[in-house]
Amino acid sequence: MSSLYIARSRQVAARELGGEMMIMSARDSTLFSLNDVATVIWQAADGQTPLDEIVERRVCAEFDVEPAEALKDAESLVRELEGHGILMVSETPVVSG
Amino acid sequence: MNVLMEEMNRRAVALGVPLGVQLDVTYRCNERCVHCYLDHDDHGEMTTAEIRGVLDQLAAAGVFFLTLSGGEVLMRMDFFPILEYARLLMFCVKIKTNAFMIRESQADRIRDLGVQSVQVSIYSHRPEVHDAITKLPGSLKRSIAGIRLLQARGLKVIIANVLMRQNYSDYAGVKALAQELGVEYTIDPTVTPRMDGDRGIVALGIGGDDLRQVFRNPDLVGNVEEFCAPPSAVNDEALDELPCSASHTFCYISPYGDVFPCVQFPLPTGNVRQQRFLEIWRHSPQMNEVRSIRPRNLPVCSTCSHVGTCTRCPGLAYMEGNMRGPSSQDCEKSFARTGIPSANMILKSASRPNPSLVQIALRSSAVPVS
Repeated sequence: MSSLYIARSRQVAARELGGEMMIMSARDSTLFSLNDVATVIWQAADGQTPLDEIVERRVCAEFDVEPAEALKDAESLVRELEGHGILMVSETPVVSG
Repeated sequence: MNVLMEEMNRRAVALGVPLGVQLDVTYRCNERCVHCYLDHDDHGEMTTAEIRGVLDQLAAAGVFFLTLSGGEVLMRMDFFPILEYARLLMFCVKIKTNAFMIRESQADRIRDLGVQSVQVSIYSHRPEVHDAITKLPGSLKRSIAGIRLLQARGLKVIIANVLMRQNYSDYAGVKALAQELGVEYTIDPTVTPRMDGDRGIVALGIGGDDLRQVFRNPDLVGNVEEFCAPPSAVNDEALDELPCSASHTFCYISPYGDVFPCVQFPLPTGNVRQQRFLEIWRHSPQMNEVRSIRPRNLPVCSTCSHVGTCTRCPGLAYMEGNMRGPSSQDCEKSFARTGIPSANMILKSASRPNPSLVQIALRSSAVPVS
């Protein structure tokens, strides 16, 4: 399977509060709260680093998780965030927009 | 407020994080509203670089909600670079504007920059009333045109309708206008004293029967019975809760860098041109004094039956002379809602001579005793 690239949407507001990332969509003012693992993925979503590398270097390094399972969960998470319009997911590197 | 927002607030209070800040980028304005609490001269506004520096500090301090206001924000030639930088720092930005200067290109940029909402002050659906308040001919027409451009781009627009004697009878018309434009509508029956302490403009506000009528309009307040219900018995929880967000999760920064607990609370706490923002937020004695006050520390209000439900604004109380005292404007609102006078009103009434007795005394004195 090819790597996924993820980039933060520019149509959201985000701030870390007490270890959790608070994100508000400008599209519909929905507020989201990401847990610590999802926060790490969000912060690393620069559009240039493949998701599997983010999982390996950031998630597995900081949390005690098995790489294959972590990647599967991460893919599910980024697809969900994409559905809410707060993250862009692509099979090629992307510029945040 | 939704559950996540409540949790966010609770966490911010516990961590001492300023969740929201209003930054007025200028006091200059193209309108001259009769009730405005500001002067419109430039006494040395922060430069673009200074504002960028302040925004960096606010982001580092954890500020999430940033309101950019004025004056009229678009009077600053560098407003869009400021807005762009604020969004780069991922603030949730709300803009307050009169929308007079919003054309297609401005509306496009506001949309493209992911602004959360735009609040526009509209005083009446009738140009002769609105323009008389703003003292800018053609302002209603231009503001409505600006709102249409923003709304057409999918932006959340809120019409804010300050109610005064001059426009009181038009609120239904403004609400209908908001519906026609497809935007939200809010009313505010409070006229704030001028920041220099002059209370003259407060007399422009509505009171008494007019206020009572507003509070009994289900289109404006929802469930009237609930909204106007008499206050429930006062308990410890009501006496210990945070009075409002000022100094707890919110503060205000003027175009000159002065930091205050709130827009309506002109107690100087420091200046970001001389100190780091977090130093002011965490260590200013004034900020900490405001932060320390709970309803049970208020000599009059703690004895009032409305203490648990009153909208008492500590800033308005401060402008009346004592931040621990009552805010008469809020006493009036509690009375208009429930028909029950506040402790402050009862005290004032007791200390005032009874006019009918004075009249009798005067008549008596006109009659020769012997």
